[in-house]
Amino acid sequence: MTTLWDRVEPLLWHVAKPARYIGGEDGSFRDLKGDDVVRWLLCYPDTYEIGLPNQGLQILYSILNERDDAAAERAYAPWTDMEASMRAAGIPLFSVESTRPAAEFDVIAFNLSAELTYTNVLNMLDLADVPLRTAARGPGDAVVLAGGHCTYNPEPLADFLDAAVLGDGEEVVSELHDAITAWHATGEDRDRRGLHRALAAIEGVYVPSLYTPRYEAGRLAGYDAADDAPRTVEKRTVADLADWPYPRAQLVPLTEVVHDRLNVEVFRGCTRGCRFCQAGMITRPVRERPKDQVLELVRDGIARTGYDEVALTSLSTADFSGIEDVVGALTERGSSTHDVAVSLPSLRVDAFTVATAAAIQQVRRTGLTFAPEGGTWRMRRVINKLISDDDLFSAIDAAFSQGWRRVKLYFLIGLPTERDEDVVAIAELAAECVARGRRHHRAASVTASVGGFVPKCNTPFQWHTMDSPEELRRKVGMLRDVARRTNGLEIRWHDPDATAAEGIVSRGDRRIGGVIERVWRDGGTFQEWSEHFSLPRWLKALAAEGLDLEETALRARDRDETLPWAHLSAGLHPDFLWDDYAASLRAEGVEDCRWTPCYDCGACTTYGTEHVVASAAPPAGGSQGTGQGLDLNGPTAPVLVGLSSTRR
Amino acid sequence: MIGLALPERLRLRYAKLGKVRFTSQRDLARVMERAMRRATLPLAHSAGFSPRPLVSFGLALPTGCASRAEYLDLRLDPSRATDAVGIVGLDDVDVGELARFTSRMSELLPDGIDVTAAAGLTGAEPSLQEAVASCDWELEVLGVSPAVLAGRVEQLLEADAVQVARERKGRIATDDIRPAIRALSVLDRPRREIDGLGEVVTLAASLSTHPRGVRPAELCGALGSEVLLVGACRTHQWMENDDRTARAEPLTEDGTVCGGLPDRAIEVQDG
Repeated sequence: MTTLWDRVEPLLWHVAKPARYIGGEDGSFRDLKGDDVVRWLLCYPDTYEIGLPNQGLQILYSILNERDDAAAERAYAPWTDMEASMRAAGIPLFSVESTRPAAEFDVIAFNLSAELTYTNVLNMLDLADVPLRTAARGPGDAVVLAGGHCTYNPEPLADFLDAAVLGDGEEVVSELHDAITAWHATGEDRDRRGLHRALAAIEGVYVPSLYTPRYEAGRLAGYDAADDAPRTVEKRTVADLADWPYPRAQLVPLTEVVHDRLNVEVFRGCTRGCRFCQAGMITRPVRERPKDQVLELVRDGIARTGYDEVALTSLSTADFSGIEDVVGALTERGSSTHDVAVSLPSLRVDAFTVATAAAIQQVRRTGLTFAPEGGTWRMRRVINKLISDDDLFSAIDAAFSQGWRRVKLYFLIGLPTERDEDVVAIAELAAECVARGRRHHRAASVTASVGGFVPKCNTPFQWHTMDSPEELRRKVGMLRDVARRTNGLEIRWHDPDATAAEGIVSRGDRRIGGVIERVWRDGGTFQEWSEHFSLPRWLKALAAEGLDLEETALRARDRDETLPWAHLSAGLHPDFLWDDYAASLRAEGVEDCRWTPCYDCGACTTYGTEHVVASAAPPAGGSQGTGQGLDLNGPTAPVLVGLSSTRR
Repeated sequence: MIGLALPERLRLRYAKLGKVRFTSQRDLARVMERAMRRATLPLAHSAGFSPRPLVSFGLALPTGCASRAEYLDLRLDPSRATDAVGIVGLDDVDVGELARFTSRMSELLPDGIDVTAAAGLTGAEPSLQEAVASCDWELEVLGVSPAVLAGRVEQLLEADAVQVARERKGRIATDDIRPAIRALSVLDRPRREIDGLGEVVTLAASLSTHPRGVRPAELCGALGSEVLLVGACRTHQWMENDDRTARAEPLTEDGTVCGGLPDRAIEVQDG
């Protein structure tokens, strides 16, 4: 093998955070395998600190390296200073474990968790010396794959990917590995087309080159699929998390990263049914990890890593039916984990949950964050985040009375049917939370973080309009006006320009590939970072491709329009999504199907799977999503809003 | 490690070599804490809402520099002693136990970080940060021939003052680093070649730490703008008496602690 270390080392003296490029994590792979293995380079298209903790990549890393015929290493996007040094010295993308050049890998696989990282995907392929476009790749070039939540609309990257994987990766990664190994065995002059057909035969694998988009009057009209390609690609779902206690050895980095703690996934999927939440829709059904396995993973993980904090991760950890038993066992006096801080990301908004958080954080307290998302009860019924004002206030009272002095609230603006009064209500609600906090402590404060809503694919809002950056800025301005009058209330907001770009890349079709390439060639890497982001660069690229923001991102879609992801399925029936959309416009909530009858969204029936939940009863405490509070505040008149707009 | 008995205060000596030297001092502190937790060491913690383990590191090692002589002091909490680690008086610790402890720590630490010695402290020893007066370095540079470099070294040593620009609190200030340079010479060493970049020349330097130290990169800058630092290794840290007639390492590799030097009023510090 080749190692570039001797050439990389002198560069590290002159770049920021050189520890990003040296690997050496506890749990990382030491290559003792021969030359006859298929080598994967698992890539996260952002910095090391952001990418290292990614659990999806770590799971695949663990599974692949357990195989005798596979070896997986990792690479992250080099920061701009390092990239410049590498290009000046003619050094290609390399793995952090062994500083091995990307050219020595057979597969380059990306985790796509955020759309604005796509320009970094192109940059990393370019640094790897792989032809950017799939069509230009030959038999000796690496196979370029992608997985992760963003692949439910892979079209913007379609021209650059050999294949994209939909859904859980645990099982499919081995099937991909076998197919690629078999393709390699066909010899030096192997046919890439043959590889593509073999990949497309694997359930959950989408091969864009086998689907040719058709446009009519400037809009996507459908796809012409190759004869042997499936009409619809269905996602993969792991039926039982208990079979997959991965990653076996979570990586412990030498330098500080985000989520720098032990992370143990307690369940996957969520059926709270929040209509804006793509993650909740695409990861159904709910599959809980058995609580004994959770305990084992935490105990072993703490002993092995030396971490003093563990996060029990999921989309709503307070809903885990084993939460009390697990927390009780971990914090018990005399247990090996009693002085470990347990954090519960994604807290449900109620006093019960706060009490749990307080009980487990006697030693050190992490921050407390709630996500009411909408400012008014009407708004929250539209988005099906069924938290009443009283739920929130009781959570806030509990938090401040139990010693927290600062609480963070998450909200979205630009939601469907939103009126100015809904926006102003965000600041008023947050101000009321400050007032309640001040009864307990004079320095109590609340931070309200406000994000701009992007209607994502495979959600009931996928057809809906999206606010322009100007409109989002106007709404932020309204919030700031109200907040300025309240001591102890801080409003933070996501850059509306970045929200617009996210709309382009998440809602667009295959033509966005040209836009992404132009933005990248124009120097637009690290678009998740405000110091590198610029919307004008995106608008210029759109214009050069004959497209615009309104058509690509902002406008509403008709029910009969072919959406860019029409040939890909997360198992959700289009009728379910449409009916749920219609219900949202009537401000009607739906209940959580874990504890109420099935409304047939499709996630269970399509794949013959079902919820794996230990408890048949909803958790104590909150009303949201459990059918206990739908009539709160009395009936509300339906809101009349057209289901689609003809605005062009 | 059943039955290990350690004193309440410990000084560790460790090396930081290889790739891991590109971690920062702050990173290293976290790595050390995790290794100590894995060793089930009953660390004492500070009081307060956000308790921190009582570990004090000596002089920070600049990111990228290697070292064969780093130190840290830590304090254990007798009330947290376990079956695995008992806490005993200084006189009860045997050398074999300490050796077992250092090799266990080295096992738990990343490649390149090795605990080379450990010894109990009475609490009367001067703190690492205060007491270390000078450090010896080996510096590897590129960009000039050994002969040219030797000439530059001679010039620098003959100069009355050597001004370097430094950023301090966002402002550029000029400092004279000459007083901090005690000795500097080109080492006669077999030379290594870096692909495409040229030949490496090694310098030996002895640099003061008080009142204001000098970083290896600053020293190389003072030798000429084309002198590129590609490697630096701290080989010794020295404590010394006021008139510099006696010096000692805070903890030698064979486990001898410097408890204070003659002819110097050493302020006794806690921890």
